[in-house]
Amino acid sequence: MSHTAPWTVATIRTALERRKVSARELADEFFAAIARRNPELNAYLALSPGLAYQQAGRVDAAVAKGEPLPALAGVPIAVKDVLSTTGIPTTCGSKILQNYVPPYNATAVERLEAAGAVILGKTNCDEFAMGSSNENSAYGPVHNPVALDRVPGGSSGGSAAAVAAGLAVAALGTDTGGSIRQPGACCGIPAVMPTYGRVSRYGLIAFASSLDRIGPFATNIADAAAVLGTIAGHDPLDSTSADIAVPSYAQEIDKDLAGLRIGVPEDYFGAGLDPEVRQHVEAGIALLEKLGCKRIPLKMPHTDYAIATYYIIATAEASSNLARYDGVRYGLRVSGATLMDMYRKTREQGFGAEVKRRIMLGTYALSAGYYDAYYLRAQKVRTLIFRDFADAFLKCDLIVTPTAPTPAFRLGEKTADPLQMYLADIYTVTGSLAGVPGISVPCGNTRGGLPVGLQIFGSHFGEGKMLQAAGQFEKAGGFAIGN
Amino acid sequence: MKITRDDVLRVAQLAHLELSEGEVELYRGQLDAILSYADKLNEIDVSGVEPMAQVLAGATGSGASGGASASIGANGDAEERHNSALREDVERPMHTAEAVLKIAPDPVPPYFRVPKVIER
Repeated sequence: MSHTAPWTVATIRTALERRKVSARELADEFFAAIARRNPELNAYLALSPGLAYQQAGRVDAAVAKGEPLPALAGVPIAVKDVLSTTGIPTTCGSKILQNYVPPYNATAVERLEAAGAVILGKTNCDEFAMGSSNENSAYGPVHNPVALDRVPGGSSGGSAAAVAAGLAVAALGTDTGGSIRQPGACCGIPAVMPTYGRVSRYGLIAFASSLDRIGPFATNIADAAAVLGTIAGHDPLDSTSADIAVPSYAQEIDKDLAGLRIGVPEDYFGAGLDPEVRQHVEAGIALLEKLGCKRIPLKMPHTDYAIATYYIIATAEASSNLARYDGVRYGLRVSGATLMDMYRKTREQGFGAEVKRRIMLGTYALSAGYYDAYYLRAQKVRTLIFRDFADAFLKCDLIVTPTAPTPAFRLGEKTADPLQMYLADIYTVTGSLAGVPGISVPCGNTRGGLPVGLQIFGSHFGEGKMLQAAGQFEKAGGFAIGN
Repeated sequence: MKITRDDVLRVAQLAHLELSEGEVELYRGQLDAILSYADKLNEIDVSGVEPMAQVLAGATGSGASGGASASIGANGDAEERHNSALREDVERPMHTAEAVLKIAPDPVPPYFRVPKVIER
């Protein structure tokens, strides 16, 4: 079947029900597109045609029998390579897990499959999700499909690039400090970080456990909402997943925005914000006002401390989580004369530069004599950043900011200076520390044709209202504002 | 200079990393720059502020992690939600040992074999 508009969850469903296309033909179409485009993008690390065609066959059989189709029947989806997938290699973008094939599925993956989704393969990412450009992958960087000499953002750069290039209808990413939202902004597609606890982390290979979240990329808000609705909800296998009912996000999107209060914190519009990004985000806020929202000026005074707080807490948790890679039970083993020798050689050869840097930073911040000065102090400042959000949500329903200070930068531009790279996360880490949900939506392109992202934060478990604003923004043409 | 060569070697040893000579000097400079930047946290008075180990401990039942926790409701109220993460203590067979040993670097079922542990 030929078509011009990109496939969506809704058009796939209609086409399947009317027998205009089969799930197998859809899979064919996407694998063909991947074969054409992936060599220049490097978005996929592994493809899983065997499992994908099995699943497509099940969907086609259900169609043939006239059975009711589940929510994501036949929808081709990509999964970031930090999420465990039974029988499909899961490397985390690291050499230390080069040959690792998990014996179980992450809960989010399990739920996608139960909803009929067809998993095409695993997407490239910064090693162990540590990075803002995808240049820290042991398997080479991803190129931004909008401009091949630019980064796709990170760490979920492969997922963002795959969806933006039409190599998947939707994708799962993970976000610890901005790793879903920032690549969404760089590649010009909607990207959702749900509330901490909204989506089970079971089977997500841990980076920083108090911050890690799983969420979707899609080309439109309805699809993002459909994927989020599928993967959200309590899971007994993750004791930090919340036992709170999942609303129908699809219904929320259709509500109009009259009277909604949007907070705009001045702290997100200071030095370092690219003037063109500012201009587009201001135009986006004006559009939301035109749609009936009331603009509330805000001050969130601890914003400037978020990067330092985040990089202490996240690296401390990472140093602990990554202690498990020692060559004993799975992944790479480099032999050594003694057990200690084996540990050290395995980790030295298995980990890349950024991962080692963060392990050392975190180990330092947790070590005797420095714990109080760094880790404990950062945890206290986290409380203050959390309170900034609690205070803000007394005055408004949503908070609107830029997603990233600049559009996608050039490959190689920031690799020599880790601190400069960390500052790419300046507007996203705040929401990560506070546990609130955030979405990045496209907000037009710069004169040079690079996408700008507008970020909307909701209150805890307030994904519905957040998606409502994003959906109405999309409907009003916000994605192409100022172009 | 905040971070010395000895600091890097001490941390690398704690973290079981074996660094090359070039890495030692590279990381010394980079950790020094990052930790100097982190010093801005000293500008804030945090006396009387509870450390936060985990957000939403009330909502997610992980209250045992300690520290401050609350969730921000739709009306901005910080509310405590109670939902114990404790479950019934019943056996649940996993049947994963065989699959796990199959992907191990040097399995001797039912064990993982490692080099001899020698006292230093």
